[in-house]
Amino acid sequence: MNSHPFLSAQIAPLAPADAVVTLSGVRRRFNDTVALDGISLSVRKGEILGIIGRSGAGKSTLIRCLNGLERPDSGEITIEGKRIDGLPERQLQPLRRRIGMIFQHFNLLSAKTVEANVALPLKIEGLPKAERMARARDLLELVGLSDKAKAYPAQLSGGQKQRVGIARALAARPALLLSDEATSALDPETTRSILALLKDINRKLGLTIILITHEMDVVRSIADRVAVIDAGRIVETGTVQSVFANPQAPITQRLLEGSRPRLPEHVAARLNPAGEAIILGVDLSGPYGQSRFFTDLADALSAGASLIQGGVEHIQDESVGRFFLSLPARDANLVERVRSTLQAGGAHVEVLGHV
Amino acid sequence: MSDVMIDLLISAVWETLLMTFAAGLISLVAGLPLGLALVATGKGGLSENIWVNRLLGAVINAFRSVPFIILLVALIPLTRLIVGTALGTWAAIVPLAIAATPYYARIAEVSLREVDKGLIEAVRAMGGNRWTIIREVLVPEALPGIVAGFTVTLVTLIGASAMAGAIGAGGLGDLAIRYGYQRFETGVMIAVVIVLIILVCGIQWIGDRIVERLDHRQSRG
Repeated sequence: MNSHPFLSAQIAPLAPADAVVTLSGVRRRFNDTVALDGISLSVRKGEILGIIGRSGAGKSTLIRCLNGLERPDSGEITIEGKRIDGLPERQLQPLRRRIGMIFQHFNLLSAKTVEANVALPLKIEGLPKAERMARARDLLELVGLSDKAKAYPAQLSGGQKQRVGIARALAARPALLLSDEATSALDPETTRSILALLKDINRKLGLTIILITHEMDVVRSIADRVAVIDAGRIVETGTVQSVFANPQAPITQRLLEGSRPRLPEHVAARLNPAGEAIILGVDLSGPYGQSRFFTDLADALSAGASLIQGGVEHIQDESVGRFFLSLPARDANLVERVRSTLQAGGAHVEVLGHV
Repeated sequence: MSDVMIDLLISAVWETLLMTFAAGLISLVAGLPLGLALVATGKGGLSENIWVNRLLGAVINAFRSVPFIILLVALIPLTRLIVGTALGTWAAIVPLAIAATPYYARIAEVSLREVDKGLIEAVRAMGGNRWTIIREVLVPEALPGIVAGFTVTLVTLIGASAMAGAIGAGGLGDLAIRYGYQRFETGVMIAVVIVLIILVCGIQWIGDRIVERLDHRQSRG
């Protein structure tokens, strides 16, 4: 349950032909703490991968390995077909120009104007001043900050600073964008606008984005795929819809707890192996048509089941739902019928216990 | 005060300013790279090298712990080698600069060390090398502190230059000792003190204004 055999660290997943990033068996330890314990992962061109985990799970180390700011002790890291693990600093520098990065605390240079910040990667690349300033202006327009070109970062709000950070990360036309908790220091509304901007850039430029976060909402609103990291291992990966609808790893379930319907405390506390009522957890996603599900649910309710808690929510353009039903345990027929009907429709049904 | 005294005062001001700014400039040019070297070779620095760091730190500490009046005398052979004489205003610049350089190196080190590590990481992530980091991050971000530290060094040099009177360097301190103190000319003493106060306030004021213009770390309206 904890980890699928095909996700285990020892077996590298087959990298798809269009993979921009491939990691296999990446390990990194600091003194006696293991930060990365055999990470294997691949990211396709143009996709947004969300890597989620609690603080200390190894996500920062992982993202820093992708542009060589951190070196793995062992394992392979390939970016655009080139092995980058073990490369000396001097050879990493030109490769890093292909990888943009945005940060939780923005990391803008306070002594430079907004446009000079955005143009800096191009200055490093050796572009003439007129060209890099023209590109900086274009990028500031893209992120909606044309009027702030001459301002200094300290004069901007958090959201504006992150927009500058994004413009700067895109300056050198990278193939890959790394986002290190880019919205964690922002309020919910600003977070939404920054995420919308990232999604927009992903669509417009076909840019591959890897973002690490501890917030499920971030992953839910823009990622195509999610990888859950815990104690230096990837414990679960999949499309956002499938992972959210039916989380397998306990850590994923815990991370999701805040954002989805759950069994009320007073019911959960009374769960036992042999009570009068049987409690079912129902997860639905994807192909299970909502109208069909609610028809089946209505049938179950009229036959004697009762609804404890539940709801349907949207993950990007798909809906997922989670419901808790209570059924009389003595009516084994009814329990079996409800279960099989819902399961036949594609829902995932689980007996949580009795009360 | 007689016209002669006023002439003496004016040339003393000139000598003090010459010593202060010449030694100050040398300490800036030599001290800033030393400060950078201290930060770069320090723990977690750009070119971490603990042994070089310790050696550098020990040499700087050694120079800083020698009282200036002793340094002044001890450096006479070196001064003679560089300037050709061990006496006079220009000769005083050598020991003043040598005393001010390690002092300023430490001040610069503090400002450079306070630069946010995240900024260095951001520039590394965009493919910058060490020189880029020094040129685009460390020095510009620390510049307000570097300039403020330079102001402090200049003010300290004004005080130290008074001692250089011991090797016939002239300047305001020398004037105050020889005329004001040894010849009991209280008027000269008071005039010198007033001029010194004006000089120190002036340098500090100019330094503060420059720092204000350079510092964009906080928003000001």
